[in-house]
Amino acid sequence: MNRDAYEAVIGLEVHTHLLTRSKLFCGCSTEFGKGPNENVCPVCMGMPGVLPVLNRRAVELAVRTGIAAHCEIAPRSIFDRKSYFYPDLPKNYQISQYETPICKGGYIELPGDGNPRRIRLVRIHLEEDAGKNIHEADSSLVDFNRSGVPLVEIVSEPDIRSAEEAGAYLRELRNILRYIGASDGRMEEGSFRCDVNVSVRRKGSSELGVKTEIKNLNSFRFVEKAIEHEVARQIDLLESGGKVMQETHLWDPIREETRPMRSKEFANDYRYFPEPDLPPLVVPPEMVEEVARTMPELPAAKRVRYADDYGLNDYEVGVLTAERETADYFEAVLPGLNNPRTAANWVMTEVLRAANESGRSIAEAAPPASEVGALLRMVEESKISLNAAKTAFAAMCKSRKPAAAVVEEMGLAQVSDESAIAAACDKVIAAEPGKVAQFRGGRDKLFGFFVGQVMKAMGGKANPKVVNEILKKKLAG
Amino acid sequence: MASSSDLNRLTISEAAERLRRREISAVELTRACLDRIAAVDSRLNAFITVTADEALVQARTADKRLAGGDAPAMCGIPLAIKDIFCTRGVRTTCASKILENFVPPFDSTVIAKLREEGAVFLGKTNMDEFAMGSSTENSAFGPTMNPYDLGRVAGGSSGGSAAAVAADECLASLGTDTGGSIREPASFCGVVGIKPTYSRVSRYGVVAYASSLDQVGPFAKSVRDAAMVLRAVAGQDPMDSTCSARPVPDYVGALTGDVRDLHIGVPREYFVEGMQPEVEQAVRAALRHYESMGARTIEISLPHSSYAIACYYIVATAEASANLARYDGVRYGLRASAEDNIALNERTREQGFGAEVKRRIMLGTFALSAGYYDAYYLKAMKVRTLIRRDFERAFEQCDVIVTPVAPTTAFRLGEKMSDPLTMYLSDIFTISVNLAGLPGLSVPCGYDSDGLPIGMQIIGPQFSEETVLRAGDAFERSGAVASRRPAL
Repeated sequence: MNRDAYEAVIGLEVHTHLLTRSKLFCGCSTEFGKGPNENVCPVCMGMPGVLPVLNRRAVELAVRTGIAAHCEIAPRSIFDRKSYFYPDLPKNYQISQYETPICKGGYIELPGDGNPRRIRLVRIHLEEDAGKNIHEADSSLVDFNRSGVPLVEIVSEPDIRSAEEAGAYLRELRNILRYIGASDGRMEEGSFRCDVNVSVRRKGSSELGVKTEIKNLNSFRFVEKAIEHEVARQIDLLESGGKVMQETHLWDPIREETRPMRSKEFANDYRYFPEPDLPPLVVPPEMVEEVARTMPELPAAKRVRYADDYGLNDYEVGVLTAERETADYFEAVLPGLNNPRTAANWVMTEVLRAANESGRSIAEAAPPASEVGALLRMVEESKISLNAAKTAFAAMCKSRKPAAAVVEEMGLAQVSDESAIAAACDKVIAAEPGKVAQFRGGRDKLFGFFVGQVMKAMGGKANPKVVNEILKKKLAG
Repeated sequence: MASSSDLNRLTISEAAERLRRREISAVELTRACLDRIAAVDSRLNAFITVTADEALVQARTADKRLAGGDAPAMCGIPLAIKDIFCTRGVRTTCASKILENFVPPFDSTVIAKLREEGAVFLGKTNMDEFAMGSSTENSAFGPTMNPYDLGRVAGGSSGGSAAAVAADECLASLGTDTGGSIREPASFCGVVGIKPTYSRVSRYGVVAYASSLDQVGPFAKSVRDAAMVLRAVAGQDPMDSTCSARPVPDYVGALTGDVRDLHIGVPREYFVEGMQPEVEQAVRAALRHYESMGARTIEISLPHSSYAIACYYIVATAEASANLARYDGVRYGLRASAEDNIALNERTREQGFGAEVKRRIMLGTFALSAGYYDAYYLKAMKVRTLIRRDFERAFEQCDVIVTPVAPTTAFRLGEKMSDPLTMYLSDIFTISVNLAGLPGLSVPCGYDSDGLPIGMQIIGPQFSEETVLRAGDAFERSGAVASRRPAL
C-alpha cells in the first residue's frame, strides 16, 4: 500500500478565550481558578427573563484579532442563537455568530525557508463559552464560571497539508494572539482549544474527500498525533476498499487513537436564527482605525525585519520572535550596540536560559534589557571580557543591580594598559625559554599557550586583543 | 367621596391626590385592596400569589415617605403584577408547573423602578402559561374568570391583571403583550390597557416568550392612570440592549382632551365578516363620536393584514422554542427524576409544560429546522417587513388608526380550548401591531347586549404614545360611554 499517493486536507477550528476582565454578556469576572460557581449571576446562569449586554472590550479584541489575521472587518454583523441541549449550556442555546461573522477572510503566514506559506481563514466570529460538567461516581455537577466567557472561533480554510503544518499554524496563531494581547493561549486551562477537520485525497486531485472532525484535543502534540493517526486510518480504510464516514471523533490521549462519538452526542440540528435580544453589532470605522493604529509589529513582520536589518538566520529569527516577550526584550537590548548578533546571541543563550532554568518569565528572571545592553556595550568596547560579562550577568540576575555597578564591585573590568600587559608578557617569555625556542622554531600552536599564561598572570582581566598584539611582537623577537 | 371600604375603587390619580393630602394612608388603601381580594378572588382566580404581608410592609414604608413630602407619583399605590415579572424573593411561576416553586434572586427592571417609586405590590396575577394564549385558560393554576360574567374568560394572556383591575382588587396592574396579551383582556374586562412601542419599556427580568415581540404595559381604570404607570416604568435600561434611549415624555401632560387636529385612519381590512356585529357597531359609533369632537376619519388599507397571524405563529414560536429551552431541570424549577441527562430534560419538560406551550415549542422548532428555515422563518421575517411597511404608508395619511381590539366580546370558558386555530383568531386585530413594533391602546367603547365590555384599539406610529393616549383619554373623558362596574 502506498500512503505517499495520498495527501491530507486539513482545516482547523480554534476557539480561544479573549483576555477581558468580564464576561461577554454580563459583568461577571472571567478569572480562572475560582471555586465552583463563584463567577456567576442570573445572566450567565440563564435565569428566566435575563438579557445579554455585549462587552465592548471583547469586540475590540475580536477586531484586533481580525486585523492581525488580515481579515475584512464587518461594519455590521449579527449574533445568532445556536440551539442544542447540554447541561453546561445554561440557556440551551449559545449566542454565537452564524451567517454574518465579525471578521471574514484573512490568512495566517507560517514561517518558512524564505518562502512563507499562507493558510487562509474562512472567518473569525465572537461567541460565549459554556460551563463545565464535572462527572462524579453517581452524579454530575456543573460549574458555570466559564459560562459566558468571551471566545473567538477562528476557522481556517482546508489549506493545511500535514500534521506538522497544523502544528506550525497553531503555534503561529497562538503567537499572534499573544502578541496582540487578545489571548493568553493557555491550552491546559482550556483558553485555547482546537477542533480538526481531516480528509484525504489522491495527490493531484482537487476534489475534497469526506472529512471527519476530531475533538478533545488539548495540546499541540495531541493535535499532531491525532492528525497523523486519522490520516493513516483514512488512507488504510480507502485502500482496503472502505469509505470514510462523515462523523465526529474524539481523541483518546491514553490510547493515542481517535474513536467515533455516539451519534446522540453530536447529531444536532442547531436551528440557528438571529438573536432577537441583541441589536446588530456595528463596528464603527473609528474603532477599526484605532485598533490598527495601536497594533504591535506582528511575528511575520518581525521575522522579515530581523533577517533584513540584523542579518539573523531563520533559526535565530525563529527563536527571537517565538514569544513577544523575547522579541521585545531583544529589541530593548539593541540600542547602542554595533553588532545586533551580540544581542541576539546573548538573548538566545543567557537570557532564555535564565528564564527557562527558573521557570519564570524573562522580566522576572533576567535583569532589565537596558542593563544587559549596557553590559554588552562594555564587551563591544573591550572594557570587559565575554566571560566576565557572563559572570556579571549571573550576578545581575540575582541582585538586579546596574551592569556598571556589578562590573565595578566584582572587579571584572578588563586591563588594556599596554605597559602592564607588556610586563606580564616579558615575565612569561623569560620563564619559558624552551617553549619560546620551539615556537620560534615553527610550532605556531604554542601561541595559545603563551596567551593563556599571560591571561593567568593577569587574573583573566587582560584585554585579549592587546595581549595578542604585544605577544606577537615580543615572540617574533 | 368613597367610603374607606371603597378605597380600592379609586383611580391612581384620585388615590395619589388623597395620599398626598394625607386624607388616606397607603396602609388603608392597601388593606382595602387586600380585603377585596379576600372577598372576590376565590371566584375570579385573578391571583396566583397574594403577598399581603409584604404589601403592608411596603405600604407602611410608603406612608413614611408620603409623610416626608415630595414622594414619587406611584408611592403607596397598590398594584398587581403579572406572574411573568421576576420579583426578588417572591415566586414567579409564569403560570407553569415547571416554575411552580421558582423564586428569582433578582427583580425585573420594571419592578425595581416601581419599588424605587414606593409602589405597593399586592401579588402576582394569573396568565396563560408563558403568556401563550388568549383566555388565561392555559394556566397551571386554573383559568381566571371574567368579572362581568364568571362563565366567561377574562382574555389573555394577561387575564389575571385585567380582571384584577376590573374587579377593583388593585388600582392598576402590569401585563405583557406579545400578540395582544394586554389589549385583548383589557377589552374583555372593560379596562384600559396599553402595549407601548417595542423597546419603550425594559424587558429585563420579564420571562421571555417571543423576544422581538414582547412588551410590558399597564392595565388601569383610566387612560390617565395608564399614562402615569407607563411613565414610571418606561425608559432606557443598561440591562436591555434592545431598550430605547429616547427620553420618556410626560404622558400625563399630553392628555389635553383635544383631538381636533387628529386624522384617524380606519383600515378596511379590520371590519371583517364573521365578527360580532355589536363590536363593529360600537367601534363605528366611537369613530362618529371622534368626528363630533372635531377629528377627521379616513379609510385606509393595511393590505398584508391577512398574513399577520401566520407570520406571528412562526416568528413567535421560533423565538419561544429557544427561549423556553432553558427549562431543563438542571439549574432551577421542576426537576423530574431520571437516570441520565437526556431523560432529565425530556421528563422535566414533559411533566412541566402544558399542552399549548408544547404545541408552540414544536411549531417553532419545526420552523427553524434544517431545510425548513427558508420556507418558514425567513419568509415570515419578510412578511413582517411588509406588515411594518403597511403601517408606515398608512401613517403618511393619518395620525392614529382605530380598530376593534378583538372580533368578539369575552367568550365562554372552554368554548375555544379544543380548537387552537379559532382561539388564535382572537388576536387577529392586535398581532400586526406587535409585528410592526407599534404602540396600541385598548379603551372601553361600549357593551354588548349581554353587558360585556367592548374595546376599541388606537394604534400610532412608533413612539407616538402621547398621541395615542391623548386620543384615548379624550374619548374616555367625553362621556360617550358611561363607565360601569361589574356586579360581583
